[in-house]
Amino acid sequence: MPVQLQFRDVTLGYDRHPAVHHLSGEIGAGALLAVVGPNGAGKSTLFRGIIGVLKPLTGSISLGGVDIRDIAYLPQVTDIDRSFPISVFDFVGTGLWRATGFFGGIGKAQREQIDRALLAVGLTGFENRNIGTLSGGQFQRLLFARVLLQDARLIVLDEPFNAIDFRTAADLLALVKRWHAEGRTVLAALHDMDLVRTHFPETLLLAREAVAWGATAQALTSEHLEEARRMCEAFDDSAAACVADIPQRAA
Amino acid sequence: MSFQAVLIAPFTEFEFMRRALAAVVALSLGGAPIGVFLMLRRMSLIGDAMAHAILPGAAIGFLLSGLNLFAMTAGGLVAGFAVALLAGVVARSTGLKEDTSIATFYLTSLALGVTIVSIKGSNIDLLHVLFGNILAMDDQTLLLVAINATITMLVLAVIYRPLVIESVDPLFLRTVSGASAPAHLMFLALVVINLVSGFQALGTLLAVGLMILPAGISRFWSRDVTGMICIAALSAIVSGYAGLVLSFQTHVPSGPAIILVAALLYLGSVLFGRSGGVVRQMFPAPHLEA
Repeated sequence: MPVQLQFRDVTLGYDRHPAVHHLSGEIGAGALLAVVGPNGAGKSTLFRGIIGVLKPLTGSISLGGVDIRDIAYLPQVTDIDRSFPISVFDFVGTGLWRATGFFGGIGKAQREQIDRALLAVGLTGFENRNIGTLSGGQFQRLLFARVLLQDARLIVLDEPFNAIDFRTAADLLALVKRWHAEGRTVLAALHDMDLVRTHFPETLLLAREAVAWGATAQALTSEHLEEARRMCEAFDDSAAACVADIPQRAA
Repeated sequence: MSFQAVLIAPFTEFEFMRRALAAVVALSLGGAPIGVFLMLRRMSLIGDAMAHAILPGAAIGFLLSGLNLFAMTAGGLVAGFAVALLAGVVARSTGLKEDTSIATFYLTSLALGVTIVSIKGSNIDLLHVLFGNILAMDDQTLLLVAINATITMLVLAVIYRPLVIESVDPLFLRTVSGASAPAHLMFLALVVINLVSGFQALGTLLAVGLMILPAGISRFWSRDVTGMICIAALSAIVSGYAGLVLSFQTHVPSGPAIILVAALLYLGSVLFGRSGGVVRQMFPAPHLEA
């Protein structure tokens, strides 16, 4: 399996404090990887590093030939202005940006694409509503529809199933599995261990450092989970500069 | 006095009224869409702040070469761009929010300007700077306002899509395109050139008026950006025309008259607007079945 993502001794953080510490390892193309770990473990930070919004403090992340713009990213907390007067149809249509750019028209083919994406997430009939009128779960479906249209080789989902009902979660999980079947690389930060064990073949257990990384059954053992829980969340303001340039744990 | 004598005669009889009307139409076409985006991006007060930032630049131009259109415009443009760009860059490269960032820059530039003006004070000329004079549009000024409106519409057409996406979901645009920062900075540049136009006609203190009030009006009548822009431009033109007539017939200064008419339209919209107006909320139509 060719490598899609390679982390070389990556440290990501804020104000010199590491949130992801000396992470090294690879994710194969077409992998379906769950990223789990306690709050503050660095899951979102890792994702922000992958999409290039956050520059690593040290180390590097290589994307295996994928253009950084060819990553579909679903953030955990979006800074989407939901009061902005834009319709569901137009909003989902922005997922076609790479195909349409500044001026590309939204023709018949694109309209059908958008309609299919809305159908896939169960939002048919919502086309002309403003995005501000959607419920939380409907909004999550909307974001999935946009990811669908982005047609990206690498898809990064940050806690995509939080605070949504069972049916919506099941629908959206089906989409994730469809992307996996299409050979796309999918990373998802998750908290539901049962869901991870059932549907995600690979898991990265993160607690600032990689506690375990590999096949889900081997990664999510009770010892590993216990170790992850022991991670200290708070930053130490008086911490000395980190001198260990060797990865703590190779994956 | 007949209908025609009040509403049309001033413009057929006096060239300065025709010029004023042309200027106000150009201002409306350029300023209204900018105002709509300022409002949607919650930057209304930032527009006002930037209008103040232009004053010191114009004052420097005035100090160097008197009441000269090009010196004052160039000074205003330089000051406006400097504040807009520096503030944009600081906000993007540090964690500081853009409003704070712009406030610091415009306060600095304002203090600097007042210091410069105090070196060579001339109250009457300064009044012209502060309140503008749309009734004294010479060829050069009118041309400047028209060119600015044209540039605004052309550039806005180019950056429209990224600007809308950047307004709704900035992180998304950053992940799919490099157009995010350029679109934002070009938008700020458009704000500046429209403020410079407004500055000539309405003065520093009211320059932003023909942008923000029509935008506020449009919010009460439309639920999509295109509709808002059309309504904003239309209500700006109506305010301009009615304000000029009012000013002509009653000798109220023209700038304030235009803004006051816009304020009346705004008040009417707040009360009776189709989309979220007060009266509409007090007497809602019955709810639907599904």
